[in-house]
Amino acid sequence: MYDMKALYEAQSVEDAIRLRVEHPEAQIIAGGSDVLVQMREGRRAGKELISIYMIDALRGVTMDAEENLRIGSLTSFSHITRDPLIQKYCNVLGEAVDQVGSPQIRNIGTIGGNTCNGVTSADSASTLHAWEAIVELTGKDGVRRVPIKDFYIKAGQVDIKPDEIQTAILIPKASYENTFGHYIKYGLRNAMEIATLGCSVNVRLSADKKTIERCRIAYGVAGPVPMRCPSAEAVANGAQPSKELSEKFARAVIDDINPRDSWRASKAFRQHIAVEMAKRALTRAVELAGGEMA
Amino acid sequence: MSAQYKLVHCTVNGKAVEKMVDVRASLTDMLRNEYHLTSVKKGCEVGECGACNVLIDGEAFNSCIYLAVWAEGKSIQTLEGLLSPEGELSDIQQAFVDETAIQCGFCTPGFIMTAVEILNTNKLYTDEELRKLLSGHLCRCTGYENIFRAVKKTMYRRQGKTIDF
Ligand SMILES: Cc1cc2nc3c(=O)[nH]c(=O)nc-3n(C[C@H](O)[C@H](O)[C@H](O)COP(=O)(O)OP(=O)(O)OC[C@H]3O[C@@H](n4cnc5c(N)ncnc54)[C@H](O)[C@@H]3O)c2cc1C
Ligand code: FES
Ligand code: FES
Repeated sequence: MYDMKALYEAQSVEDAIRLRVEHPEAQIIAGGSDVLVQMREGRRAGKELISIYMIDALRGVTMDAEENLRIGSLTSFSHITRDPLIQKYCNVLGEAVDQVGSPQIRNIGTIGGNTCNGVTSADSASTLHAWEAIVELTGKDGVRRVPIKDFYIKAGQVDIKPDEIQTAILIPKASYENTFGHYIKYGLRNAMEIATLGCSVNVRLSADKKTIERCRIAYGVAGPVPMRCPSAEAVANGAQPSKELSEKFARAVIDDINPRDSWRASKAFRQHIAVEMAKRALTRAVELAGGEMA
Repeated sequence: MSAQYKLVHCTVNGKAVEKMVDVRASLTDMLRNEYHLTSVKKGCEVGECGACNVLIDGEAFNSCIYLAVWAEGKSIQTLEGLLSPEGELSDIQQAFVDETAIQCGFCTPGFIMTAVEILNTNKLYTDEELRKLLSGHLCRCTGYENIFRAVKKTMYRRQGKTIDF
């Protein structure tokens, strides 16, 4: 038995919004792989919960009218990885979430929960930042869209109003078109492990594959919230892919990131692997885009 | 809290059933206490060990971090559902016996239900893929090797292929 004060079950998004307004103290539960564990640990003991898990309308990946890739907030990690649209347009996201916990966790964990928890180590977070995802929130006054970097306010806190729930994550066409990316998770073991550092890089090459038209890189666990690296991106944008460039790009990362010491790893170690991960992820992204590191 | 109950309808091991359930119950609580399916073990109860693993609509879930009320309308399969009507073991259960993949047995039902999900995809996985697919279970006795062999052997047998350990 969970130490829960009350459970309110939403059958639709409208229901969920109404319950949010009626029970301002209650917390949302999606797949519950964070919420129930924290309730068991005592951190969320005795709370009221609003369950949105049964809202099937929030599951699945589609292409919307503006050709945004639209991922319903309740879509589980395993369904994202297996989805043909994800595989075609944003394969790296499917690969990133395939590194979460274990197969059972990937069947219950949702992308909505992985972003709304505001956790820097979330395996989807660096890729969603690197692909400039848009967060869709629905509340009593309608739908609001927020760029992912503004959605994260500080560690553990995201921009959700008291009457809102997150309903989707969008990857805009301009972001995925001709774009290829790679994610590297550094952990102490392969399964059931929270990232010591996560790095996601993607590139769009020119038609002749000789120029990096656009490069984007983001990290998880390199700061209190997931972050992009503008200095490193500036080095790569417009440059020709080469080994030398990848070294320069990777060194520039140090100017952008701000990791901390924790029991998992020291700041110095995180800085060290951040450089290596940037280099490897860029190299792989360029290869995936059909280019070569001269 | 004052007790809050809900009638939950679902299919358990092929049979349509319904029970009044405390909304605070996990699916493990419901399967063990209401349906006496004690193959569903309570290990860590925080989603890490896989001892409570069951199939819900064909996918593996740790039932300790799944609310019982979410079972509404779903089809749940536990290890008990693998036995044939005559009480014979299924191929994967027999393989666990043959390979000595069981010592204390606490992790076994969970492991076998994940194996069922894997085998039902009808794919031939590489060793590396198979290890990843089995990584959601902890076993404190066997050292995993025999469990791995039992699943791999059954996968090859079902595909009509000879095994190359
Ligand atoms: C054993 C184990 C291993 C794990 N390993 C990893 C790992 O390797 N990598 C990783 O990234 N995570 C890991 N996790 C954490 C967890 O599985 C993920 O963060 C998952 O994405 C959470 O999704 P959920 O649907 O279960 O969220 P929930 O627990 O239901 O919710 C998480 C938070 O988000 C809020 N929320 C959820 N959905 C919405 C919504 N639609 N609108 C508004 N608020 C919402 C909730 O109120 C809560 O604060 C692990 C968890 C466990 C138990
Ligand atoms: S008891 Fe459920 S995962 Fe350990
Ligand atoms: S056989 Fe004892 S835990 Fe696996």
